[in-house]
Amino acid sequence: MTTNGWLQIACFLLAILAVTPLLGAYMTRVFTRQHTWLDPLLGPTERFIYRVTGVDGRREMRWTEYAVAVLLFSGVSMLVLYALQRLQGVLPWNPQRFGGVAPALAFNTAASFATNTNWQAYAGESTMSYLTQMAGLAYQNFVSAATGIAVAIAVIRGIAQRERETLGNFWVDLVRATLWVLLPIAIVGALFLVSQGVVQNLRPYDTARTVEGATQVIAQGPVASQEIIKQFGTNGGGFFNANSAHPFENPTPLTNFVEMLGIFAISAGLTYTLGSMTGSRRHGWAIWAAMAVLCLAGVTVTYWAEAHGNPLLSAAGADQTPGIGSSGGNMEGKEVRFGIANTALFSTVTTDASCGAINGWFDSFTPVGGLVPLANLQLSEVVFGGVGAGLYGVVVYVVLSVFIAGLMVGRTPEYLGKKIQAFEVQMAMLTVLVFSLVILTFTAVASVSPGVGTSSILNPGPHGLSEILYAYSSGAANNGSAFGGLNANTPWYNTTIGLTMLVGRFFMIIPPLAMAGSLSRKKPVPPSLGTFPVTTPLFTALLVGVIVIVGALTFFPALSLGPIVEHFLMQSGRVF
Amino acid sequence: MMFASLLRIACLMTIVTTLLLGIAYPLGITAVAQMVFPDRANGQLIEREGALIGSRLIGQGFAAPGYFHPRPSATATPYDAANSGGSQLGPTNRTLIDTVKTRVDAARKDNPTAPVPIDLVTASASGLDPDLSPAAAAFQVPRVARARGMSETDVRRLVAAHTDGRQLGFFGEPRVNVLELNLALDRAHPMPK
Repeated sequence: MTTNGWLQIACFLLAILAVTPLLGAYMTRVFTRQHTWLDPLLGPTERFIYRVTGVDGRREMRWTEYAVAVLLFSGVSMLVLYALQRLQGVLPWNPQRFGGVAPALAFNTAASFATNTNWQAYAGESTMSYLTQMAGLAYQNFVSAATGIAVAIAVIRGIAQRERETLGNFWVDLVRATLWVLLPIAIVGALFLVSQGVVQNLRPYDTARTVEGATQVIAQGPVASQEIIKQFGTNGGGFFNANSAHPFENPTPLTNFVEMLGIFAISAGLTYTLGSMTGSRRHGWAIWAAMAVLCLAGVTVTYWAEAHGNPLLSAAGADQTPGIGSSGGNMEGKEVRFGIANTALFSTVTTDASCGAINGWFDSFTPVGGLVPLANLQLSEVVFGGVGAGLYGVVVYVVLSVFIAGLMVGRTPEYLGKKIQAFEVQMAMLTVLVFSLVILTFTAVASVSPGVGTSSILNPGPHGLSEILYAYSSGAANNGSAFGGLNANTPWYNTTIGLTMLVGRFFMIIPPLAMAGSLSRKKPVPPSLGTFPVTTPLFTALLVGVIVIVGALTFFPALSLGPIVEHFLMQSGRVF
Repeated sequence: MMFASLLRIACLMTIVTTLLLGIAYPLGITAVAQMVFPDRANGQLIEREGALIGSRLIGQGFAAPGYFHPRPSATATPYDAANSGGSQLGPTNRTLIDTVKTRVDAARKDNPTAPVPIDLVTASASGLDPDLSPAAAAFQVPRVARARGMSETDVRRLVAAHTDGRQLGFFGEPRVNVLELNLALDRAHPMPK
């Protein structure tokens, strides 16, 4: 580990700290329909969209109608993405003349992008036409993110309101999240990325004759416009197979910094929005602090493990000591311009949030370095988390935390003036249980099925179990990153991971909405001496504890058979 | 009734937002990018004597002793810029350890004294890493100088001129662009035929 590496990590965390109140306050204004400086431009666009689609912007929805609208919109846009992939062979903007995508892969990809997962069982530059990338995949990068933000705002309203039946209007929240939050960031950010060297064109792939006379076909495409929303929308689906490790997606350390900032920016801002819309800014910051602690712990472990390197490579004669002119460490599957520090930070950030973009391959990380991304997924993406998804996910853990605190002092727990009762705790437990059930069940089945499960493994030994466990954790957490050696483009994995992603998305949306609907109807109770305050460092510590303990109790046995045992075997010189 | 009207809105909303976000937005960005940053928007392609020889950002293979060699590429055919990717080999995979050992042995033939920098013997993430660490470039200086009949000092000076520091002073790692360095070598001191 180097001083410069830590300096870059500190700089990143400070940038997130600075962005949080700016974006958070702005989003509060957007979703409480206060004036913003973009209104003169976007107001008419918004009204135009409502007129064409027949939306009545003043109509409020109960939580059930809100949930149905979310499901219908996700379902319809998922079908369109499926059709687009199947038909791309006869549609325009297909200079490489790619044929239609096979049905199982098209289902998997449609589920993947509609659920904000962006799991990719394909390589973009050899599978998808420019039209599919733009109007199918990048489009879902916008709307799946906007859907997440909308649900988060509805949940916040449920907490903040008193004795109301409705949570707002999904269509209005969707459109405002898109026009006011995502689109302006995407336009400015895409042009910045191009200025650094991210490509943006519709030309056919170029064919170069290299200096030594070989033929090199260079893939092109409208990359920057997709790259920026892929990061800020915590989607993570690369235009190219190598994702943010590809020099055309992430050409410089500065683009790398902006891409990491993008992953956390909106989710961090939403903690502030939660604070300001519920009238308890300090509650927002207490949650932010819990997330920052978990992020810092993760990056410290990964950075240490990757900088420390692989003793087996040292034994093979490679020099992994960092020094002048070399970042040292485990450089298999990493890029020189990012080195160890930026790859470790990127891997932590992308798995804390449900992004899933990568700038180095986790499958080639050391066992402990790869353990952190895997464990991050299994905390169900609440360390800042996916845009919106992180916020409504952490609210589940907040409810569990105040419930546990209430049990300890023997009082009915309260959360920001609302009594937490059986229904809220049931909904919270439902999300936690379904999440682990789907991951562990599919992993267990796949790891004992030689014909369909283990035959896809690339790396033998305990690492093979890590590959399978990672795949289902990534799907359920709607992350989309992978231990990429696993051949996931098979009917078994395309189907089961596709289902895992749908469960991981909609079982994480509906119970929090139900909880918000219930909280919204409640009469507030005034705080008393027995109320557990949710604004203090003690609350932050309890929240961290609940998140870690729930994750650890559920997944530690599986982790110990994968990365943990592999770590000790590697130290003792075992290879497979 | 409520379901039917929500379904109707969902369909119309998908159409309208697809036109805005899926068509108008990327085409607009493409138009502006092509006007303002035409070279960067098209991949910083490099031509020599009128023919396209590659991209500044995309690593390509070099095997001759007179050129600096890039990092190993794990794409199906190495340096395939239409199918990027890494080896995906895990840390305890025998194939990885054996492959690295073979590369280390080959590198030691070029330069028996210096330690072998890790990035020179491990596959990059994209398979297209355009850069070497300064240490991995320095390691190859004796071989390149020998093959070209240049002095090591001259080669070292060229390497230094093509070493990029950290961006803005502290972002990322120092690096050497292999293609640009090799082209500069060809200009400064063409390979003996």
